[in-house]
Amino acid sequence: MRLELVKRAEHSALMAGLSPVVAVMLTMFAGGILFAAAGHDPLLALYKFFIEPLTDTWSLQELVVKATPLVLIACGLSVCYLSNTWNIGAEGQFVAGAILGSVLPVMVPGFQSWLTLPLMLLMGALGGALYALVPALLKTRFNTNEILSSLMLVYVAGLALDYLVRGPWRDPGGYNFPESRMFSAAATMPVLGDGRMSVSALVAVAVVVALAVLLSRTIKGFEIRVIGESPRAGSFAGFSARRMTVFAFALSGALAGLAGIMEVSGSIGQLLPTISPGYGFTAIIVAFLGRLNPLAILVAGLVLALSYLGGEAVQASMGMSDKIADVMQGMLLFFVLACDTLILYRIRLVRGPAASGEERRA
Amino acid sequence: MLEAILLTVITAATPLLIAALGELVVERSGVLNLGVEGMMIMGAVTGFAIANVTGSGSLGVLAAIGAGMAMSALFGFLVISLVTNQVATGLALTLLGLGLSGLIGEGFIGVPGQRLPRLEVPGLSDLPFVGPVLFGQDAVVYLALALVILVAFVLFRTRVGLVLRAVGDNHASAHALGYSVQKVRYLAVLFGGGCAGLAGAYMSLAYTPQWVENMTAGRGWIALALVVFASWLPWRVVAGAYLFGAVTVLTFHAQALGIGVPSQLLSSLPYLATIVVLVLISSNRRLTLVNTPACLGKPFVPDR
Repeated sequence: MRLELVKRAEHSALMAGLSPVVAVMLTMFAGGILFAAAGHDPLLALYKFFIEPLTDTWSLQELVVKATPLVLIACGLSVCYLSNTWNIGAEGQFVAGAILGSVLPVMVPGFQSWLTLPLMLLMGALGGALYALVPALLKTRFNTNEILSSLMLVYVAGLALDYLVRGPWRDPGGYNFPESRMFSAAATMPVLGDGRMSVSALVAVAVVVALAVLLSRTIKGFEIRVIGESPRAGSFAGFSARRMTVFAFALSGALAGLAGIMEVSGSIGQLLPTISPGYGFTAIIVAFLGRLNPLAILVAGLVLALSYLGGEAVQASMGMSDKIADVMQGMLLFFVLACDTLILYRIRLVRGPAASGEERRA
Repeated sequence: MLEAILLTVITAATPLLIAALGELVVERSGVLNLGVEGMMIMGAVTGFAIANVTGSGSLGVLAAIGAGMAMSALFGFLVISLVTNQVATGLALTLLGLGLSGLIGEGFIGVPGQRLPRLEVPGLSDLPFVGPVLFGQDAVVYLALALVILVAFVLFRTRVGLVLRAVGDNHASAHALGYSVQKVRYLAVLFGGGCAGLAGAYMSLAYTPQWVENMTAGRGWIALALVVFASWLPWRVVAGAYLFGAVTVLTFHAQALGIGVPSQLLSSLPYLATIVVLVLISSNRRLTLVNTPACLGKPFVPDR
């Protein structure tokens, strides 16, 4: 028995809407098997993982806190992936944004005015964009593979942050802990609600709306799609794939950098050796689960944020490893990609041995 | 001192060499598997765990190869049978591998590990200097070099290699000639997975005989870069792997000597070196285009 793919005459709109839902359900099913294999009641664990975090206001706020960076980064990545450029280094751009954005509160802590925070956000976005431009320019100039170069820079950014908080940026009054000084009130994102939720969430929503308009209503959005689907057609239309690479990287880097500085000045409040539980990589899953559509990314960001909370929940209440969350995320991306095949193809199971190949040769 | 450095260079280079060699075969068949890091870390944790439970390093190595192959089979099913996007699927494999290895390895953190035994060649290993370096390594080091010879021979001197390269260069023609593109690619992907698993086991059983979360630290990605560096030729992978092994080891020794440079800067050298090497190689289009498999990363759906 084997699989055969039959190309559909046109994209299946039904499957396009259904595939992310099916993928999430398959992930829950596989997750249940995983919980059972680890010796826990799968239904109880699934409830603790996926439902319980949604039942009280504290964790709902926390859900928004975790979804904010994911949505911001995934929005930028979706522009890259739509235009067929592969930025995999958002994690590094997140850190770079956090570092450059923290220059003011760490090095000039006395500068406290209404300008402090806007300047920090600007520098954060700039830091992420500049960091993302390295792989972009290496690609357009030297034809260097952007996947590998952007990824290598993730490790470099992490080490740079580690150096800063252990070395020159260490809090002079911090008992030698590897952390920067706490940011002043003027350098901190205004809080919404009674938890860690801040104005960052509103920024993310604004970005989603702006990007949705850009993609669906402007020439730039059209250009992104054309270059992504057919670079040749794009060049006939006078669109430059090289300039698009630079644009997509700069935009996604800026959004990742913005997410970085907002995370640091919002829910963390200072620089630490590690400021991200892998947001830059998880955002790749968010982008695909949201089918590279900003509005759907907003929903997908909440789903993936739930996986972080769910991981913490099963760890706290059932004594399971919070690594479960990472596994769930990886499985989810697999299922999303597999289900997406159904949009373009019908799958047929064919009995008997392969009809092509060997027989034809004989 | 020099002898010790050479020994560590070889140990540091071997996992890169094996993983890159496997990926080279995969890419020669036209498939880009970005999941090397994920398969490698799964090999590392499986090898460590099985060696620890059974007390046998060899069993650990075999289990690691199996784990790598299982991961790559999953990747192959999506990419070859379901024609999903290869870049995204490879990333998924890495994310899954990093998560799963963390989960499996949680109970093994801080547990003393097994070290692969060294193969001593009687008489020769006792020679001064060349003895330990050339004749006192563990079996995997020799296996890696044997694999290079094998892969180079099969790829360029046998019919199997010809078919593999044809599938990678022009899958439509290979299909029209009656070769099963999918079967060839499945086999190549499985070989690559086995190699990545073995490379991972080498990390946790020989390089640093212990389990640390994320211990491959990007070596899977460096192996991918090495394939580009080698412009898809097996012998150049050896040169690249030893070069990178040397860079890694030199940063350790510079740290030990207390050179007045932040340790983080030294640690970032292998990653920066990877970027520099990629730039140097890829800016020379003549060199890369000649050997790049023309169908690399392109999906293939057989018609009937």
